[in-house]
Amino acid sequence: MLEGIFVEGLIYGIMALGVFFTFRILDFPDLTVDGSFPMGAVIMAVCLENNMGIFLGTILAFSGGVLAGFVTAAIHNKLKVPHLLAGILTMTMLYSINIRILSNRANLPLMNVKNVMSFIAEKTEGIISEEYAYLIFFILIVLLIKLLLDIFFHTDMGLIFGALGDNQQMVVNQGISPDTMKMIGVGLSNGLVALSGAFAAQYLGFADVNLGQGIVISGLASVMLGEFLIKSNKISILTLRVILGAILYKAIMYLGRFYGYHINMTPNDLKLISGLLVIVSLFIANYKKIKGRSS
Amino acid sequence: MIQLSNISKIFNGGTHNAKTVIKGLNLNIEKNDFVTIIGSNGAGKTTLFNLISGNMFPTNGTVSVGDKDVTDDAEYKRAKYIGRIFQDPLLGTASTMTLEDNMMITYKKGFKWLKISLNRKKRSFFKKELLQLNMGLENRLKENVSLLSGGQRQALTLLMTVLSKPEIILLDEHTAALDPRNASIVMDLTAKFIEQHSLTTMMITHNMQHAIDYGNRLLMMDGGEVIIDVKGEKKKQLTVEKLIAMFNDIRKKDFENDEVLLA
Repeated sequence: MLEGIFVEGLIYGIMALGVFFTFRILDFPDLTVDGSFPMGAVIMAVCLENNMGIFLGTILAFSGGVLAGFVTAAIHNKLKVPHLLAGILTMTMLYSINIRILSNRANLPLMNVKNVMSFIAEKTEGIISEEYAYLIFFILIVLLIKLLLDIFFHTDMGLIFGALGDNQQMVVNQGISPDTMKMIGVGLSNGLVALSGAFAAQYLGFADVNLGQGIVISGLASVMLGEFLIKSNKISILTLRVILGAILYKAIMYLGRFYGYHINMTPNDLKLISGLLVIVSLFIANYKKIKGRSS
Repeated sequence: MIQLSNISKIFNGGTHNAKTVIKGLNLNIEKNDFVTIIGSNGAGKTTLFNLISGNMFPTNGTVSVGDKDVTDDAEYKRAKYIGRIFQDPLLGTASTMTLEDNMMITYKKGFKWLKISLNRKKRSFFKKELLQLNMGLENRLKENVSLLSGGQRQALTLLMTVLSKPEIILLDEHTAALDPRNASIVMDLTAKFIEQHSLTTMMITHNMQHAIDYGNRLLMMDGGEVIIDVKGEKKKQLTVEKLIAMFNDIRKKDFENDEVLLA
């Protein structure tokens, strides 16, 4: 059971890293996530169904997410639409596109096709139990992504993203188009989100176009929970705490799912809990700020 | 270096609220000029900078830099050779990032690729440059810029702008938001850097004495026009009294002192 929380936390942690990139670094609250997460899932599912292989499926899912991000950023840049609206537009359109990708189906089971989970189980059979094999695999995958992101944010280009979220004028003053940077940033972020969706579909054993409903809020909740865990201005710590936050979030959801019935809670209440988590986090953060000012 | 030909800027053109902020302005700034600009609020000083930097586009006329017509170039394109410092010290730096990250970002202009340039050599270079500010910042490379005071931030912005080697530097009342002591420190640094790097500079100031003391050319703007333009030897002999007398001569208005003039 415990491994399950960690595996889910790690998979959703990839999505939370994407949300962290747009919300915290770019200061571009991007709601495309609700559409790009299931997009990753359905692209992966279709690839697996057509025996295109896990690797190609992963690449295509990531690329699909990047494209979705480009669309949002382009709507925002070219039509001067606020980011929230641009994200909602793309997310809404993606709902139909995702059904199209699944050839007019709303979901697709992946139980009987070869996928990354069955692949790991096969390779490690007789060595360690399935659950631990999954856990080790996802720890490695998420650490790799985290490491690549850390390096990315240390490059000259990566630094610009930090400046863009903080002070757009400064980016303009360096002779860099903020529009181009937003395209790259929102694209990469949604690529990560779609990647997370692709893994989630294989872990859950199905892809569903409704998989992404409210996912941006769970990502945001993960980011905020992580922020209570460690304080730092180092990017490697910032990305680490996002992943820890995602695991913590999944643990809280797990508690709600399995022990919630004591207080008459059903799984349908989990979205309410996610939202309340964000609100409480905001409240505590505000309270800390006010306290910090007066002392 | 910079040529403005017959520039006009009208806000809300075609409506009842149409307001002409720049009227048929012609201006030619030579290489290595240090031009100071004064004028009351609404005279069009900041609009002039916005037109040069590409933050705004003129209603009529052309802007050229060197031999190139840049009238239609976006702000970020012109920023490759223009360094601009604003009155607000927050606008020059990213507060949630460290000093060294900030300096790395502004070290080179133009699009950045996936290369890690911030290494030990760069750090020691930044440290050495920060020593010039004489503010102890060389030991705070890993601290967030939000921890610096307004004066320190503006001095840092100035240094960062100079290190990015722009051809032209636009200073928009960059000491106005600082306390007198910090303002004079930043102003001294400004003069030092401009001389060291022989930068072509335009500086808006609200301080008439500064406008007279610094630079080799002085412009006074009023109602969207340049009404006084003094250069070279003639500028060296200027005093605040003479300047006000000149202004009164031209505008036939009575002003008791520069407070009214620049209020």
